[in-house]
Amino acid sequence: MASGKEIRTKIKSVQNTRKITKAMEMVAASKMRKAQERMRAARPYCEKIRQLAAHLAHADVIDYEHPFLAHKEEAKRVGLILVTTDKGLCGGLNTNIQRVALNALKSWEGSGVTEVRVCCIGNKGFGFMQRLRANVVSHVVQLGDRPALEKLIGPVKVLLDAFQNGELDIVYVAYTRFINTMKQEPVLEQLLPLTGDKLGTPDRAWDYLYEPDPHVVIDDLLVRYIEALVYQSVAENLASEQSARMVAMKAASDNAKNVIGELQLVYNKTRQASITKELNEIVGGAAAV
Amino acid sequence: MATSVHVDVVSAEEQLFSGLAEFVVLPGESGELGILPEHTPLMTRIRPGVVRIKVPVQEVEELIFVAGGILEVQPKSVTVLADTAIRGKDLDEAKALDAKRKAEEALADKGAKIDYAKAQAELVEAIAQIHAIERLRKRPH
Repeated sequence: MASGKEIRTKIKSVQNTRKITKAMEMVAASKMRKAQERMRAARPYCEKIRQLAAHLAHADVIDYEHPFLAHKEEAKRVGLILVTTDKGLCGGLNTNIQRVALNALKSWEGSGVTEVRVCCIGNKGFGFMQRLRANVVSHVVQLGDRPALEKLIGPVKVLLDAFQNGELDIVYVAYTRFINTMKQEPVLEQLLPLTGDKLGTPDRAWDYLYEPDPHVVIDDLLVRYIEALVYQSVAENLASEQSARMVAMKAASDNAKNVIGELQLVYNKTRQASITKELNEIVGGAAAV
Repeated sequence: MATSVHVDVVSAEEQLFSGLAEFVVLPGESGELGILPEHTPLMTRIRPGVVRIKVPVQEVEELIFVAGGILEVQPKSVTVLADTAIRGKDLDEAKALDAKRKAEEALADKGAKIDYAKAQAELVEAIAQIHAIERLRKRPH
């Protein structure tokens, strides 16, 4: 049995660990609230731009089909935007989304996909894709707690350009959707070409005056729509990250508490045992005299 | 005839303005635009500049700086989809190239990654050894 001093040191160390996990839990809780607000703040823009894009996609006045709306028969060349976190200690969040991505990569391999290009948002996914030796064409890390759309434009454009030039047939985005504090769900969604259900149908059709001309406006609008979708997924991922971290750290704090309790019990038992032993020796010694 | 129109100014990161207005002035791509209620449907790009919104029963106009974006006008509503970053074809292109270059650099920098992986493997081995020694020690002699 371990000596009293050893157990005391162990208790001290677990207590220190618990202090850290408790602090991280509280930090994550406050960040989570902000991340959720940010996620909601991004919604009006996304909703507005979706309405406009839906309207444009169905406007038959303009004889122009944007490449983002053009469907292809076969998807042989695939683009993937993988959204993960920069930091760890957030439970199974990154593992889950990486598993989704891995399964997708495997199934594409099986179905005759010839080329996969990956854009990684977040450090964890980037490391993962590097280990897989995937073709990472662009990446962005260290987005911080306030993700700026500005940082996403470049990396996403690499894939959008490839799609526009016909080098890719389909583009997916993988991220963790925020459902509530306790539940986050890894999802893989088709980003390009824009599908009907993603756009919806406009309530009624009307014509706009376009300045300077329809093509330019539509080009700009669709690119912004895609970026807004990516931004939304990054914002959701961030909210998921913070709540997953909060839950993970809470579990860690609770576990530490249990461990401390058990160790305390063992410590008390050893102390009692040594006292009893000493008493026995004294009594034994007295009897011998 | 309606005397006010609903104005929304939204960016991807937040909602900047939402409410009624009597008159809106924006920097359109082909010149300043002044929009009154019951304007004909219009869609255009806007340049970086200030959006001026005349709110009913308020002396001072609301001023919002936008870094460009898209304007959508309907008779009853005006929507400004504001950019959060200054955009431009060259600027976007530069960003894309930069992102590409970074990815290539990071991929080329395999040496560092391998060292990291090696160190991690060694660490795992060392931990296993320690566990083995602990087990040996606990075994009754």
